Amino acid sequence: MGQIQQSVDPIVRTEGLSFARGDRVIFDKVNIEIPRGKITAIMGPSGCGKTTLLRLITGQLTPQAGTIFVDNEEVPKLSRTKLFELRKRMSMLFQSGALLTDLTVFENVAFPLKEHTELSDEAIRTLVLMKLEAVGLRGARGLMPSELSGGMARRVALARSIALDPMMILYDEPFTGQDPISMGVLVRLIKLMNDAMNMTSVVVSHDVKETLSIADYVYILSAGKVVGKGTPESLHNAGSKWVKQFLNALPDGPVHFHYPADEFANDLISGGRS
Amino acid sequence: MIQALGKMGISTFGWLGRCCIFLVYVASGFFIALKNWRDLIAQLYFVGVLSLVIIVVSGFFVGMVLGLQGYNTLVDFGAEESLGVVVSLSLVRELGPVVAALLFAGRAGSALTAEIGLMKSTEQLMAMEMMAVDPLHRVIAPRLLAGIIAMPLLAAIFSAVGVYGGYFVGTGLLGVDDGAFWSQMQAAVDFNGDVMNGIIKSIVFGFVITWIAVFEGYDTAPTSEGISRATTRTVVNSSLAVLALDFVLTAVMFD
Repeated sequence: MGQIQQSVDPIVRTEGLSFARGDRVIFDKVNIEIPRGKITAIMGPSGCGKTTLLRLITGQLTPQAGTIFVDNEEVPKLSRTKLFELRKRMSMLFQSGALLTDLTVFENVAFPLKEHTELSDEAIRTLVLMKLEAVGLRGARGLMPSELSGGMARRVALARSIALDPMMILYDEPFTGQDPISMGVLVRLIKLMNDAMNMTSVVVSHDVKETLSIADYVYILSAGKVVGKGTPESLHNAGSKWVKQFLNALPDGPVHFHYPADEFANDLISGGRS
Repeated sequence: MIQALGKMGISTFGWLGRCCIFLVYVASGFFIALKNWRDLIAQLYFVGVLSLVIIVVSGFFVGMVLGLQGYNTLVDFGAEESLGVVVSLSLVRELGPVVAALLFAGRAGSALTAEIGLMKSTEQLMAMEMMAVDPLHRVIAPRLLAGIIAMPLLAAIFSAVGVYGGYFVGTGLLGVDDGAFWSQMQAAVDFNGDVMNGIIKSIVFGFVITWIAVFEGYDTAPTSEGISRATTRTVVNSSLAVLALDFVLTAVMFD
């Protein structure tokens, strides 16, 4: 399997991570390592726990068993204060953008700078304009979030998430619901930001083509397990039927098209008695 | 039956526990809220100034009704010159704090719950947490403080406007003597016994209403149905809390 050399000191490491919602197991003793300075994609079908994994990494959720290390800090054991200190060094791009709706684009990007630095208004202005220029929205700084398209909102959120120059950005479904142009812009920006700022990027997505075009390493999740991992090339050549079905978008395979049910003929002749 | 009762008990005590822990966290952010005074002023405008129209209009009508009803009762005993006393004591002791609080719960309480619930459902609160900014300090604390500050002011305005409503009906329409109206009021209303107790009541009401409103918004299920239910719970629970607390406070203050 043509894996890339895993980082000696991964930025994120899960050990026997288990998490369930009620009776539904989301992760069952999952081990994942995310290398520093690379773009790692976490892929899988809807509902497989991709976003849950991001929430576990960022300490929004606590695992029932196993643990998670981020930058050598054990996230589930951190106090609220220490967790906030860690969060200053990473950021998350939400699927919705999650911009603060009562602030302008400029104020949204300036928000983390005003909260966590003692910089002068002039310095903050310069930094915000630089971040907005990087995402191509310097001219939209006076707009309110309600005046932005979905793609623009995500770009503003991206500018906000790099405001404090984090060591890692977690992207939650960044391409979902985007038109081809916006999608292309976002793909390019993620790659550019990662390389230019020497960051680590974790992209959670089920958009195969776009994600594999920028990912250095890929984890594919299903039914609480890692079912495939490796570089995009190695995954394409992998023998796993599951990985093949997912990457080639086949309607039937190990993941069945039909939801489990009785025989169709039995259902028809039962006359509505079941 | 016993199982259902147990489940309800656990759920109620769980809610109360979450409510109290929430309050402790929020209260620890009051200093930050005071430091961000611009936010506090914006919230005072939102919960206070924007509630003024309904408070002023309702206060005036309640005062007019008090004037009319009071006059009809007092005139039978030839005591219509005491109308000012009846109107002012009713307003300052009871109707001002209570009716203003009920209106505040309907106008500002429901708006606060909906606003915070929507911020939760659009992941704005979570985004703040991810930026290492505590939403309990940054979003909730200034709103709770604003509610506590705005409520007594609104109740005072309600009472003042109500007195003028009673004055307008009593002296303007029904012919009660102008001087008697004001002088008897001045003689009968005690600042510490009546006005201060009314202010204390309205501070308590403001605190309870805003606490319920912000908690319901923060604790809501992040769906449209969840926000709708939370908004309804805010209005119902805070109105009931105001009425129950009014009885307790009245029993303690005017015993």
